[in-house]
Amino acid sequence: MPPKKSPPPPETPRELPSRREVLTRAGLATGLIAGTAALAKWRWDKGGFGLHEAKGARQVRDFRPKGDLPLDMAIVRGAREGQPNATPAELVMAAIAAMGGMQRFVSRGDIVAVKPNIGWDRTPLHAANTNPAVVAAVVKAAYEAGAKKVVVTDASCNDPSRCFQRSGIWKAAYDMGAEVVLPVEHRFRGMRLRGDVLDEWPVYTPLVNADKVINVPIAKHHNLSKYTAAMKNWYGVLGGRRNRLHQNIDTSIADLATFMRPTLTIVDAVRVLMRNGPQGGNMDDAKEQHIVIASIDQVAADAWGCQLIGQKRENLGYLQMAQDRGIGTMFYEKLRVRELAV
Amino acid sequence: MAAKRDDNGHEAPIPWLGVVGEVPAIDAPQKVDSPEKKVLHLRVVSNAAVTPPPVAAAAVTTPVEKPRESRLSALWKRVTKKRKRSGSGIEARTSIRTLVWVRRVAQFGFFFLFMYWLVNTAFRGSFSSAEQNIRIGQPVEGFLLADPFVALITFLSSHTLYRGLFWSLGLVGLTVIFGRVFCGWICPFGTLHHFTAWLFPSRVGKGGNRVEANKTHGWQSLKFYLLYAFLAAAAVGVVVGGMFDPICVMVRAVGLSVLPAMQWVSAHVLGAGSESNIRFVQLGADRTQDVLANNIFQTKQFYFHQAWFIGATFVAIVFMNRIIPRFWCRALCPLGALLGVMAKFSIVGMEKDHAKCTDCNLCLVHCQGADSPQGGIKHRQDECHMCLNCEAACPEDVIKFRFFPNRKSEQTDLVPERRTALAAVGAGAAFYVLHRQSDASAAEVNYHPRAIRPPGSVPEHAFLEKCIRCAECMKVCPNNALHPAFMEAGIEGMWTPIFIMRIGYCEPSCVLCGDVCPTGAIQKINETQKMGKWKPGMDGKEWEVRPISVGTAFYDKGRCLPWSMATPCIVCEEFCPTSPKAIYTLDDVVINRKGEQVKVQKPVVDPNLCVGCGACEKVCPVVDAPAVYVTSVGETRSKTNVILLENTGYNSKGS
Repeated sequence: MPPKKSPPPPETPRELPSRREVLTRAGLATGLIAGTAALAKWRWDKGGFGLHEAKGARQVRDFRPKGDLPLDMAIVRGAREGQPNATPAELVMAAIAAMGGMQRFVSRGDIVAVKPNIGWDRTPLHAANTNPAVVAAVVKAAYEAGAKKVVVTDASCNDPSRCFQRSGIWKAAYDMGAEVVLPVEHRFRGMRLRGDVLDEWPVYTPLVNADKVINVPIAKHHNLSKYTAAMKNWYGVLGGRRNRLHQNIDTSIADLATFMRPTLTIVDAVRVLMRNGPQGGNMDDAKEQHIVIASIDQVAADAWGCQLIGQKRENLGYLQMAQDRGIGTMFYEKLRVRELAV
Repeated sequence: MAAKRDDNGHEAPIPWLGVVGEVPAIDAPQKVDSPEKKVLHLRVVSNAAVTPPPVAAAAVTTPVEKPRESRLSALWKRVTKKRKRSGSGIEARTSIRTLVWVRRVAQFGFFFLFMYWLVNTAFRGSFSSAEQNIRIGQPVEGFLLADPFVALITFLSSHTLYRGLFWSLGLVGLTVIFGRVFCGWICPFGTLHHFTAWLFPSRVGKGGNRVEANKTHGWQSLKFYLLYAFLAAAAVGVVVGGMFDPICVMVRAVGLSVLPAMQWVSAHVLGAGSESNIRFVQLGADRTQDVLANNIFQTKQFYFHQAWFIGATFVAIVFMNRIIPRFWCRALCPLGALLGVMAKFSIVGMEKDHAKCTDCNLCLVHCQGADSPQGGIKHRQDECHMCLNCEAACPEDVIKFRFFPNRKSEQTDLVPERRTALAAVGAGAAFYVLHRQSDASAAEVNYHPRAIRPPGSVPEHAFLEKCIRCAECMKVCPNNALHPAFMEAGIEGMWTPIFIMRIGYCEPSCVLCGDVCPTGAIQKINETQKMGKWKPGMDGKEWEVRPISVGTAFYDKGRCLPWSMATPCIVCEEFCPTSPKAIYTLDDVVINRKGEQVKVQKPVVDPNLCVGCGACEKVCPVVDAPAVYVTSVGETRSKTNVILLENTGYNSKGS
């Protein structure tokens, strides 16, 4: 039986939306479409496997002093026969005085970053980190020259808290009133160095954001690059996985030395690590030499310093590269160098 | 239609028409809903079938205008209003009301102390001199030392009570006198549950449901069975119970999961601030990160092996409070169970005057232990957390806590269900036997190469008898080198510490893991013991003290740059901390693809000198699977997991 045909439903009046509501809804719809399209356009990934390549000129952080200096490099020996040797502080004072005094490098109100080598969990006797007395003397000199604030820091290889304490630098620098900054992760910012092998790396900002930067490395043996001091010390400017640098260590060092041009370099050669570098671990590996080198040319400082461990400057590949790039000169004979004893 | 009747057969009263609890006075003007005011934006197309809405129908009585009260004064009145107490209206004894507040302060204080110690389970450097030995200097593992469950299981397994665990006797004494005050007043995990259950009850966990949930349930004896199983497992040789110890859970989850997660979030939030170009925002973000990194977190982000699992378990346990308050404390906590057994003998307890009870259930609303505080039923001292909420809440003076109470209304059976308890003991012992029959490393048959134990660890067999998986060592490790094992050390070794040297290596002069270990699984060694000492004038030839080795490094020559890719590298040699270096190099000239001669130094390990610290593995530039890696063989603590004949140490003099 076919279903009974039901009567058609009574015609109900169609309720139309008001004009205002129609306009609102149409506007919303248009806005949504336009917004989506704009967002898609803005964040449209057209694909492609782009490699970032170094372009443009090398980045340089130039902190070099302006104005004339009496000397380019001062070498102070403190070994005395028959009487106690000069203290590290005396050596540093003498070296800075010979260079014309700290006032020539640090102006009143400057924020000064002092960059010792605090790379390893070793005590001062092992001579793997900069001598704390040398660091303290540099901090003192910077304050006496009118620095507003002296920051002492480094990006260590071992656990930083341990390196800072066991190197003795934390206490020594703090006692002199310096601000000792631990290398905390967020203080590293990606930066394009545009070097030959170092392009984009995390850079330790407290070291590059100061008004003046004083490099205070320690002279020591290094198994791969033979002798390291001033130029290699800039490894502490980098974060990230620095272990890759060793595949082309000479170029890496040259790239870093190109990037960082310090106000002054003070090389600690009071105790020199003669073998098993860079971290040593045996007190017999180090030898007392009681020397401090102050220089405005980091290349010359390394070229002169390498003979302390019996190396020749011709053997150090990074010196030649630095020479070729014009960062400094490895032929320190051409500079105004003075050797003095205290 | 029959009238509704309640449980007692009385006719039910007329249902409330107004707001519950608000009785309108007869002569007051009635509140009337204001007529519909909403205007529909509808245009009527056809007028034919539409009738106008009944507007004036409701407006029979006009509301009397009252002077309107401001919202602020209404709020003030509500806050300052004296609440009428239910029932007799009599307050609890002043001493009890005071004690409840003392308890709250104690809970906060102990929770803070726990977190303070946990955050300070890390070396942050100090201004002491270079020669000063580095130790933590605070009893950061204090809560674990006071933990009788930890003391008992390690005592059962190793038959000794290690050093600071002597403190746990204090808590035993406290419990025998006052009952489970630890659970209600001290335990940081308990406080966390107390707080979350109070603040975040779910919709199904409120009101009558809450009262129902706070009654004693049969499943609460699960914790006793767990306790017996853990004690049995410990007695035969593995302290797997540490996985369930509340302090261990707390240290493990907060230390390895919550704190690193917080650091991660803060680094991203504040990192965005640091990127900003607005000077003061940037400065503020940087400074905040400095303060956090130097005081709360570490100088770098820490990552922990399967921390997600530990964190998820923790969140799940805490979440349970929304449905069943203090689910962990009532159902799972073996420490609570142990203290409960002791509390059976406690001197302070509850007395009830059942006759006075009006079944108002106010005690149950606030009960923490689900220990039957209400009248007409026996109290469970072994479940009671001694929080005193029930007495403070009772309006009829039914409940009284006192010294030497009569035990008429006390449930005094010692074991909940004897046969189940025996089965639990059997299961615990069987667990041990079964996993030892598997390929566990403690069976000294099939060593897992990656089960590398912290320096100073006792031999594996003794290690599993001691290690309670509290994660103190992992929290304190400055290099993020120690991680909770998953199955590397067998199922019995889950969450025990192992090294993952790809994430961090063992800092050569660091002895902090042993410093904080509460049970002696990692012994308290000093720097000389760890690094060794050559006989004077015999450097590199004869040891006066042999260093502690945790394993040995091996080269994968196929992945090593100098060995197989004509590329100089030897970062491993540079980082090798021993003196003389355990990694030495062979100078070689190799020909690369272009036919050029390349000078390389090929690294080799001297297994006699290698201490397995893993610095080489950590710094190897072959990022994914390193070309040099450490395995456990050659570890000092084992007499069998060795490579070299002369390293067995049976005949060596001196060391």
